[in-house]
Amino acid sequence: MLSLAAVSAGYGSFQALFDVSLDVSRGEAVGVIGPNGAGKTTLMRVISGIIPMRQGTMTLEGRSIGELPAHRMVERGVAHVPENRRLFPRLSVEENLRIGAFIPAARAGFQERLAWVYDLFPRLKDRRSQVAGTMSGGEQQMCAIARALMSRPKVLLMDEPSAGLAPLVVQQVFDLVHRIRAEGLTVLIVEQNVQQVLEVVDRAYLLEVGAIKLAGTAAELKGNSFIREAYMGL
Amino acid sequence: MDIYLLEAIINGVLLGGVLALLALGLNLIFGVIDVVWIAYADIVMCGMYAIYFLDVQYGVPLPLAFLIAIVGMAGFGVLVHLLIIAPVLNSPPLNQLLATGGLLFFLQSFATLLFGTDFRNIGVRLPVLEIASMYVSFARLIAFGIALIGAVALYLFLKRSYIGTAIRAIAQDREIVGLMGIDQRRIYFVVSAIGGALAGLAACLLALQYDVHPFIGNTFGPVIFMICVLGGLGNMIGGFVASFIISQIIAIGGYYWSTELSYVFAFTLFIVMMFIRPRGLFAS
Repeated sequence: MLSLAAVSAGYGSFQALFDVSLDVSRGEAVGVIGPNGAGKTTLMRVISGIIPMRQGTMTLEGRSIGELPAHRMVERGVAHVPENRRLFPRLSVEENLRIGAFIPAARAGFQERLAWVYDLFPRLKDRRSQVAGTMSGGEQQMCAIARALMSRPKVLLMDEPSAGLAPLVVQQVFDLVHRIRAEGLTVLIVEQNVQQVLEVVDRAYLLEVGAIKLAGTAAELKGNSFIREAYMGL
Repeated sequence: MDIYLLEAIINGVLLGGVLALLALGLNLIFGVIDVVWIAYADIVMCGMYAIYFLDVQYGVPLPLAFLIAIVGMAGFGVLVHLLIIAPVLNSPPLNQLLATGGLLFFLQSFATLLFGTDFRNIGVRLPVLEIASMYVSFARLIAFGIALIGAVALYLFLKRSYIGTAIRAIAQDREIVGLMGIDQRRIYFVVSAIGGALAGLAACLLALQYDVHPFIGNTFGPVIFMICVLGGLGNMIGGFVASFIISQIIAIGGYYWSTELSYVFAFTLFIVMMFIRPRGLFAS
């Protein structure tokens, strides 16, 4: 579905990603784990076209997407839930969702999609006319995920969805990943919360200092002694 | 209450309508593109010349001349963005100010060269209405009504349409709108066109009341900037309210003393407010 081969990227003279290759199959949930500053967010931003890649190839459903700017990526079916949620704080919840359905293909079925999203997040329906910036962190995260789903994506990129949330809310967010997958979406999720993310993904990659250090199924990584010591504190 | 004072207040409200329209345009452009169009009032001047020449020289019916001016200034707004703003979008703010400030001098000099410094008028003399023994200019009344309709239409567009919602969103988080499938450049063109069209509409309303000459922009350009800064640059509602505050100061000051002195009062208030509330009256 989504495939990266030897992708390099960076900011100015600073190189953040070195020859990163990864694959995500249709319907799969894949995690990218790693410490702070490993380049996880950069990786997500390169895939969604916010940052241009410098070298390598990137394909979605077999077609090259390496040169596309962010707004074209959405039309191809990639939605990105950015780090720190990045809602439009002074727009209402429903206006945020409407912006999520900006592309013509999503506008057509806006009402049914909205009903579907409200069904997935009943809390957002209660808060539909509330200004997004005044909601709790967990509600904002739900809204950010819902906003991304409004564009009817094939692939959902999630950048640290559990960051800054209370443990109970973190569990709710990860439960959601299960439900989103049940709808047939492909999910690529970046997380520092290694233990919990390995419960919801099929496979994961370990990214350290901008390069893939390890890859395997969730079960393999959970059993890997290096991962257990360095990232799960076991 | 003194009937002449009431008349001054009413005329102040009517003056505020057109100022509010221009403040909306300038605030919209600043809020979305983050660039101040110093030459905004001079685009109004261009619109007024367009109306004058279409109507007086070429015999185009006035309503059609108005329509052409509005559409023409919308196109002019897009050109300004394409040729002057887009190349300096990522430059320091000072360079952006110099670029749009350069446009101001360019337009004023170019208009002087082409049309001379004569005062020109479309020659429409609308009646002065007498309402309860107060005199109110009909042209001002129309200008106020249409400016208000324009403001409401802009509000509905920003509130109800997809593009309008995107325009409000882009002012809140510039980087992330791309992830929503929104092409930032396209929104900038739409906003520049709306800003130009509002200047064109203001040109129609002002052409009914004032003569056009190359420096007419100087008579209300500084007032519009003062209004926008007083209301908080980019804050459309703040600018709208500030338009009526300033127009009242000008009208009431003009009644008790003189128009010149009322401008001194308005700018003094502005300077004082810059110390007390430097981010505008309505900054949160």
